[in-house]
Amino acid sequence: MNELAIVNSKAPFGSSSGKEALDIALIFASYEQGVSLFFQGDGVFQLKAEQDASLISIKDYLKTFAAFDFYDIEHIYVCDTSLSQRSMSNDFHIDGVEVLGSETFAAKLNEHKTILRF
Amino acid sequence: MAIIFNNQEIETDKQGYLLDHTLWQPELAVIMAKADDFALTPAHWEVINFVREFYLTYNTSPAIRALTKAMKAEFGEEKSSSRYLYRLFPEGPAKQATKYAGLPKPARCI
Repeated sequence: MNELAIVNSKAPFGSSSGKEALDIALIFASYEQGVSLFFQGDGVFQLKAEQDASLISIKDYLKTFAAFDFYDIEHIYVCDTSLSQRSMSNDFHIDGVEVLGSETFAAKLNEHKTILRF
Repeated sequence: MAIIFNNQEIETDKQGYLLDHTLWQPELAVIMAKADDFALTPAHWEVINFVREFYLTYNTSPAIRALTKAMKAEFGEEKSSSRYLYRLFPEGPAKQATKYAGLPKPARCI
């Protein structure tokens, strides 16, 4: 049984949800709790490559995703239905993202003891 | 709060962390450390520069565990254990090294 799943379903920068989800993920990971990240709905926009938040004078928290490895955050899942609904390719700004069909995605999420939604 | 440097006022918070990390230069680290009665050796500088580089790359100050893991890749096992880092920075490597690197205080304090 995996520990914690964090579900990201909002686009970056329009609200603070993504940044808050990231902070929680890093805190749990710093205390060696297993963390998995799930991206679905508009949350998949957080994985889109070539975004630059500095253009709107916002701190670009997406840059921190590239440090997941140092926090041992290795399970990152994205829902392929959400991607295709938004005509998004698998061109993500980090490596190691697993694209899953919606059923597999849901099953994977259910393997976790705790689910936090953002 | 502010540090006076080269006839410039560099703003800091109450604990002496720079408010604007882009104003940092190595001389400021020396001034900040002096104010804390803290001597910076080349080993300290190695960590300070590393933490600064980490922040500029990933937009976050590394918590201790991430710091040790990232440093291991660069400097090897011996110079990256938390024991080694705490010997250099007894009050907490993440906390102290980020300060002298001119970065914001890490929200996640260990």
